This record gives sequence, C-alpha cells and structure tokens, in this order.
Amino acid sequence: MKTLNLIVNRREVSVAIDPKTPLLDVLRNELDLASPRFGCGEEQCGACRVKVGSHLMYACTTTVGEVQDAVTTVEGLGTLETPHPLQQAFMDLNAGQCGYCLSGILVTASALLNANPAPSRSDVMAALDAHLCRCGAHNRIINAILKAAEDS
Amino acid sequence: MTLPSSLQHNPRLSTWILIENDRLIVQTGKVELGQGIKTAIASIVAFELDFPISRIDLVSGRTSEGPEEGITAGSMSIETTGASVRQAAAEVRCHLINLASQHLQVERDALYIEQGLVKQHRGNESLSFSELLNGKQIDMEATGEPAPKIAAASETLLARIDLPGKLTGGRSFLQDLQIPNLQHGRIVRGPSIHHRPTHVRPLDTSLGVVTIQDRDFIGVIGRNENQARSARQHLQDAITWQLDPSLELTDGTDWLRETDIGLLVVDGTPGDEPIPDVPPCHFRATYTKPWHMHGSISPSAAIALWEDNHLTIYSHAQGPSLLRDAIAGALSLTRDQVTVIHAENAGCYGHNGADDAAMDAALLAINVPGTPILLKWEREDEQRFEPYSPATVIDVATNIDHGRVQYWSADIYSQTHSGRPFGMQGASNLIAAWEQAKALPRPIPQPGRGNHSGIHRNADPLYRFPDRRIVKHLHRDQRIRTSSTRGLGAYANVFAIESAMDELASMENVDPVAFRLKHLADKRARAVLNRCADLASRHLPKPRDGYKTGYGFAFAQYKNRQTYAALCVFLQVNEKTLATELDHAVIVADAGRVVDPDGLRNQLEGGFIQSASWSLKEAVTFDRYGTTSTNWDSYPILKFSEIPTVCIDLIDNPKLPSLGAGEALHGPTPAAIANAIAHATGIRVRQIPLTSDATRRAGLQD
Ligand code: FES
Ligand code: FES
Repeated sequence: MKTLNLIVNRREVSVAIDPKTPLLDVLRNELDLASPRFGCGEEQCGACRVKVGSHLMYACTTTVGEVQDAVTTVEGLGTLETPHPLQQAFMDLNAGQCGYCLSGILVTASALLNANPAPSRSDVMAALDAHLCRCGAHNRIINAILKAAEDS
Repeated sequence: MTLPSSLQHNPRLSTWILIENDRLIVQTGKVELGQGIKTAIASIVAFELDFPISRIDLVSGRTSEGPEEGITAGSMSIETTGASVRQAAAEVRCHLINLASQHLQVERDALYIEQGLVKQHRGNESLSFSELLNGKQIDMEATGEPAPKIAAASETLLARIDLPGKLTGGRSFLQDLQIPNLQHGRIVRGPSIHHRPTHVRPLDTSLGVVTIQDRDFIGVIGRNENQARSARQHLQDAITWQLDPSLELTDGTDWLRETDIGLLVVDGTPGDEPIPDVPPCHFRATYTKPWHMHGSISPSAAIALWEDNHLTIYSHAQGPSLLRDAIAGALSLTRDQVTVIHAENAGCYGHNGADDAAMDAALLAINVPGTPILLKWEREDEQRFEPYSPATVIDVATNIDHGRVQYWSADIYSQTHSGRPFGMQGASNLIAAWEQAKALPRPIPQPGRGNHSGIHRNADPLYRFPDRRIVKHLHRDQRIRTSSTRGLGAYANVFAIESAMDELASMENVDPVAFRLKHLADKRARAVLNRCADLASRHLPKPRDGYKTGYGFAFAQYKNRQTYAALCVFLQVNEKTLATELDHAVIVADAGRVVDPDGLRNQLEGGFIQSASWSLKEAVTFDRYGTTSTNWDSYPILKFSEIPTVCIDLIDNPKLPSLGAGEALHGPTPAAIANAIAHATGIRVRQIPLTSDATRRAGLQD
C-alpha cells in the first residue's frame, strides 16, 4: 500500500493502493470512471486505452505506479451536455452497435486529431488498428472520426 | 386480425405500455444486445402514438416485470416484438381517442394526437394521456381490431437512445453498475470444460481472498479486483488438471461424418421419410467451415446476490426468463426464488458465456449470503469455455440438364446449434451445474425438427430445383461444446449453395447472376439480385500492381422467409502470397417495412463485416486437450485496416411486415468472397477460412 498522487481528467486525486495494481482497476474501481473498459488484459483489443500525457497507453497492463503524467479518459474529453466534437460526431452518425469498443477508440481518435487535424481515411484506419470491434461498426466509426475532423 | 405472437401470449395492454405523468414506459422481454432494439421499439411507439421519443422509457428483460418473451435471437425481435408493440400502441391510441371523445363530447373524427396530446381539429382544448386516464392504466386486453398506421420509412436518422451515455462515460454496462459492498469474483477452471481439478489447496484466507469449492467448481472472492485476479491465477497454476483420455480431441472435421443420425429435410423441415441414394452426378463438391467463436469484445460477467432466500442476478444473457428457470433448476430453487435482470455487456452474437457466468456468480453468491458478487470471466475463460459455432461439412451433388439444375443433393454434417440453458428436468446446459456436488448431467443433443431451425437452416435452396435431396446429419459428440451463433446453419449452407451456383454457372459458361435468375421465381428475390447487379456494374474496381482483382455475387433469403439480401464483393488477391484484401461491397436488402433505415443499415453492414471476418480469418484451433485459441493473437479477427467500404441499398415495402435483418448477410458473405477469389485467380476455395494457405492448397488441387 502506498499513497499515490495522480492527475486524472485535470483533477488531482490521491489513492492508497498497491502500486502494482493495473491502472484500469484504479480508474474504474477507485475513481469510479466507467469509460475505460476491460477486454483482454493483454494489449490486444484497445478497449482500455487512455492517454497518459500525450501517449496512448493500455490501462490493462500499465500499473498505477508507472504513471508519471496526467491521465485522460473519455470522461475528460467531454460530457453529455458539452460533448467533445468526436463524441458529437459519433452521436450524429450513430457510430457503434453495442458500443463497448468506443471508449478506447475515442481516446485514440482524440490523440490522432491532435497530431493530425486533417487525417485521411487510411490514416484513421491505421490509427485504429490497435482496436478491435466485433460488431462490424468500423465504417461508421471511421466516418465519425473524419466528420469530427471536418467539424472542428 | 390475429394478434402478433408476443401480444397473443401477453394480451394485457398495460403489460406493454404504461402512462406515468408525461412519460410513457414501454416494457419488452427482448434485450438490448447492441442491435439498437430499444431505439427501434421506442420509435414504433412514438410513431403510433405521436408521442415524443425523448419522453419514452424502455424497460427490458426483467423477469419480474413486463411481457415474457423468451429469447432475443434469430433476428426475430422486430418481427415479433415490433409487431406486438405496434399493435398494442394502436390499441392504446384508439382507447385514448375514445376516452377523449366521451370526455369532450365530440366525435372521434374530430380528434387527433400530436406530441403526446389529444387535440381537436377545431377548438383549443387538449388533454394529455395521463389526464385522460386519471391515474389509471389501460388494463384491457388487445383485440386486434384497430389497425396500425402505414407509413414509408423516413430517411431522417433516428438517434440511438443508448449511444450518448456509452460515448460519455455513462454507466451503461453490467460491469459499471454501482452496488454497495460489491466484491469481486473469479472462477478457476482448467484448460477445458472437461478437465477436473485434483490436489486443490484453498488459499490462505489472510490474503483477503475466500476460496469457494463445490466439488469440481472452484472460485475466488476478493474485496479488491486485483487480488481476485491474482488468486485465480495462483490456484489455476497450483492445481493439477486431469482429463479423461476418452475426451481427448481428434484432428480436423472429417469425424463429423461418423454419425448415424440423418433426417431428410423437405421444405425446410426435417422428417423421418427414407433417405434416397444419390444417383451419379455431374458435379460434386465438399464445402467446410471450422468452429468459430462468438468472440465478444468483453468477457462474460454477472452480478449475483443471495439474500433472504432469494437470488438476484444481473446478467447479459439473451433469455432472462430461460436463464432464471435454468438456474433455479440447477440450484434446486423455485422460480420465485430467482430474479434475473438484464444488463448490457458487449455484443454477444448468440449463446456465449453469459449464462454460464451468471450460474458461476450464483454459486459464489450462495456461499456468502448478503454479499453481492461481481463475477468476471477473463479473456482466456471466454475463449476456452464459451460454446462455439459448430464446424460443418457439406457434400453437394447436382445434375444439370439444358442449363438448369434438375437435381440437388446436400448432405450436411455438423453438431448441435442448440445448447442454450432453460428449465429442464434432471439435466442442465450450465457448466457449473456439471461441476457442483449436486451435479446434473449434460442433456444429449437431439436433432432439431423445426422449420429452418438449426443445422438445416437455409439448407433448402430458394431456387427452383425440381428434384432435391437434403439430409441433415447430427453428430452428438460433446467434446467440443457448441451452440447458437448468428445465422446458425445458414452460414455454412448458404456458403455451399451460393458457391456451387457460381461453380455451376461457370461450368455452363453463363453469367452467375443470370444463372441464379433463371432458377428464381420469387419477385422480391429477383428484385434484390437485379438491383445488386445493376449497382455493382457501376463500381470501378481499383487494379494494383502485383494484385489480381475480382468480384463475386451471392444471395439468400434468411430462413427462406425473412430478409432478402444480395451482395457483390470486390477484392484483390496478392499474386505472390495469395492473401485476400477486401475493397468494397454492394449490398441490397428487402426487409419489408423499414422501421429505422439507419438501424437496418447498421445491422446489415455489421453482419457483413462480422461474417467477412469469420470467413477470411477465423478458425478455433485445438490440440488434444482443448482449444489453443485463447486470446486475440491466437484467434485473429478483421482489423480496421482490413475493412472494405460498403454501399447499402434498401428496398422498402411499407405495406409488408418488417423482417429482422441482423443475420441476413452472414450466409451470403463467405460465398461472395469465395466467388470473387475464384473470379480473380481461377482458384476455387471450398474451405473456410479463405486464407492464403487455403487458397494455395486449393490451387494445388485444381
Ligand atoms: S483490455 Fe487492454 S488492450 Fe484489451
Ligand atoms: S460496437 Fe460492439 S464491439 Fe464495437
């Protein structure tokens, strides 16, 4: 047990926890954030992706003790009332079916748009290769990201 | 008018629609699986009652409330529940207008409904639904009299009611439910469902983890998720797992032919008529598919609480009431002692680990009364223990005369598609029920005899073949556990039929679409195929150096009675590696009256992409002891960079009943891809997955 100070979605928080705990557990169980999701635990599906500083990290395999920079999850992008352009575009295009894969994808997409505000379709596809979607909502997801890039 | 089936079984209008102040509560037994069913049902009620969709609350899949509707599967929700809700809403509308006409002393014709208010064409007085009902609900039974409204689909996009929450960190999924004092559970199983634990030594309780053992069922409960996870791993490694040698696996799919259960399928229904021999035939071919996984992006999970002799379970199972009965049976409880509440998880695509996880959670919870347990399967658990879609081997033999198929024979060898749990006597389909001390045996699979129900779904071609012999063969072997996956037998059967149609067309030197049309009388079938060919002819394929391009068509009407779908797939095959890359697909579908065009497109496209993934990449691999496809590296699926563009055209038939479409393309897709590979390379691949290896092997055989 150790008390760790973290910045999550621009808020300072401290948690008393074993530093070897996966970041995903801390976000979900200690900080009550629902958006980072468990899918595989092995960096193979992207459901758990979050940003640490400007890096995309898998929260399932990153331990909380390793975190040195501010963490951003979907909750930090926007809210129901004031959604981020990406969240808005996904709503506008009904981009998703079950929606389980979307949190990680939104985080990756936000990093992509920061680095490349006008991506091509193949840029988006390449950036999303760390993510699996089993429902076949891929094209809607790609289109929503392209729309968000256009709208912002 | 006869009532739609769900309404017949649950005729009381207030079971479906409740009016509370300025909101409507719509109840259904169908559950949200990511297919957008809540949005579709809310939109039907909104339309029939001219009520704002934002003031409609959907309650679904609670065994203690609302209509009993069994299972959410087989693309039936829109047909059964959609039609029932539509009729119920039409009757509610009629009743409200009657009440208003009495209340305001005007003719019914003088009244209309707008934005949830009953108004007069002349006059300003308007009444809300709750004012008219005065706190009461509509407790009458449906009569089938008032007819629902008719309208063509509007192209305005109907926003999914569940997506905004899912996109903004809302508590949308079962794992997100906040329940005080929740503890974390994991199960400890061996490499397969048949392995039995020996030398189990429970963990030291000072670690804060409780080990629960009930004969071969082993689980752990921890306050903290990471503890539970580590404890599971620790126990799994420490236990010696034993497998009865008779349960070791055999290679390949050929053993599926070793069965003496064969039923002759006539008009889509298996029966006991004698099975004729196959005469000498011009064309013979064998098509196969391997075992596939549902492969949900989230492993299964459940929450269970045992308190005051009552078990409450949150589960993402497709049939909450069936699960309740199955769990009550397995634990010797009465139905009334168990409540199952549906909560969402990631898409399941059929019978996956959801029900087993619910039973696992229940067994853990019973051992710690008063403590709610959130049980999560790990990725490895899901991939090892979920029931797979069965492998299938199909032998086709045909004769052609004067350019027409005169004789069609198909022998279909497979395992059961129906391993779902339900309330059965003396047996159970739940893993933990086989493991516990009060163990129940697995039921022995019986050949299904329903019309287009399992192995023989879509085995009877829609084409006009005068002489046909279709035989379903069930292998009862239970070493590899199988059950329902989207499309059931339609996936393999349509693959075989639509591949053979292309092979026959090329033997006859006829255009494959023209060859199909020659054998098709059904107007709607002809229309989708013609439209698809027309749209495909306008697509310009992109030739690339080192690649051969090709396109291929396929068609089916799901279960020969639901959605008609045709597609054309454009692809490229790498000349050196023989790897296939999808470029584009043109899809045309006729699903009757279109309720929600965007939702329908989403379902069709999702079905196509999913089936393309099964067809190009997927096969569960095994060694002697069980599956070796234990994660996404060993069971790869289609990635974003491999996704083709898709164009979908819908043929709307506003006066015809709405048809489910979630499984319409699973069958045609592998055939369209195989046909396109043959078009590009001249190599006919009859074995799924259609990988570069399979293409190379087929090329060597030709
Ligand atoms: S859960 Fe982290 S990558 Fe799958
Ligand atoms: S929308 Fe279901 S996994 Fe992507």
